Amino acid sequence: MRRRVWILVLAAPVLAAAVFLVSGPGGFTARAEQGQAASAEVKVDNFSFGPATLTVPSGTTVTWTNRDDIPHTVVSDDKVFKSKVLDTDEKFSYTFTKPGTYGYFCSIHPKMTGKVVVQ
Amino acid sequence: MTKKLKDEILHDHNHDGVDRRGFLKCMAWAGTGALCVMQGGVLKSYSLSRLSDLGGGAAAGGELSFVQISDSHMGFNKPANPDVAGTLKAAVDKINGLSAAPEFMLHTGDISHLSKPEEFDTVDQILKGAKPKDVFYVPGEHDVLNDDGKQFLERYGKGSKGGGWYSFDKKGTHFIGLVNVMNLKAGGLGTLGHEQLEWIEDDVKHLKSSTPIVVFAHIPLWSVYPEWGWGTEDSAQALAYLKKFGSVTVLNGHIHQIMQKVEGNVTFHTAASTAFPQPQPGKADSPGPMKVPADQLRGILGITDVNYVRGQHALAVVDSSLA
Repeated sequence: MRRRVWILVLAAPVLAAAVFLVSGPGGFTARAEQGQAASAEVKVDNFSFGPATLTVPSGTTVTWTNRDDIPHTVVSDDKVFKSKVLDTDEKFSYTFTKPGTYGYFCSIHPKMTGKVVVQ
Repeated sequence: MTKKLKDEILHDHNHDGVDRRGFLKCMAWAGTGALCVMQGGVLKSYSLSRLSDLGGGAAAGGELSFVQISDSHMGFNKPANPDVAGTLKAAVDKINGLSAAPEFMLHTGDISHLSKPEEFDTVDQILKGAKPKDVFYVPGEHDVLNDDGKQFLERYGKGSKGGGWYSFDKKGTHFIGLVNVMNLKAGGLGTLGHEQLEWIEDDVKHLKSSTPIVVFAHIPLWSVYPEWGWGTEDSAQALAYLKKFGSVTVLNGHIHQIMQKVEGNVTFHTAASTAFPQPQPGKADSPGPMKVPADQLRGILGITDVNYVRGQHALAVVDSSLA
């Protein structure tokens, strides 16, 4: 009785490891190829970016959507990205490939600031 | 308004010739069409129906009369005002109905809402119906989107310097149009910039201190409410260059409501919008378009009539609503 249990206990982690290997890096690549790269949203409303600080993994496409009744822009402090003017319901997307902290603001209402932290 | 109103200085605590209580009382009447004039240190108010007594001499005596409009936001079509062309037309009607015909107009910016050519075209078309044919513009932040102001300069910037600043004279009064909506920095306020400041210093250097000065720019040149970006970072330097003058009037827009401040020889005034109102500082989460009941909208939008009568230190500034 004890021996059987012992074998089962030993087999479980081995089986788990095998499953893990199959769905390892190879599996993630397959998912990306199917177009499921990470994405995140920032809502622009009431003269503010929400969330004000967004933390995402490298490779994420961030989409800003203007829900305010006044136009806004999304302009990087360091000229890394710059949207055209976004009227209500218009969107702007940017894919962050390099880790770092990206401050941005609305060039029409410069008191509106936000940050994307890419890890 | 047929009643004759009269206020005189009773208390001059700051020794600057302004009785604050009298001034504030006067300003409370301003919305209903009163005229507050500083005459030799005494603040006097007159009902709008008597404006012709003061301004009537404007045409005859070489005095000066002009109108300021602001923030037409052509292209805006949200609930706060679905018909900004209609309210701009109403403003033109108001201007055409003034008893003392203004000689020209100042537009203190946000002419368009999205810097689109058709928006500028529509404003040009509507303003052609106004009696004063000359219009002088300075840009708002909504006029310089997408192209760093290239289109604005092509349309309205003839003879201007740098980002579109310029000056001109009318009947002995010196007008200075400034641009404080370009190169805005993250977290910042309006900005004039080094090049423009140097130009201002040079522009007024040789003027006699008795020359009345009118400065017009989009974002207020005093700190109305920095939390909402309602101020200009480097305006103090510009005002320092104007310190020697006995009469300086600063006309701004941007905040879509009437506000006035007097500091020594400088009178600051912001105009109502012809498009939509915005909340008072801090009275809302954000400075966006403020919805009011439809029958109240035209009572909150408006124009500003400005008259200079020789011998008086301050220009007479009168705000009228569209309703």
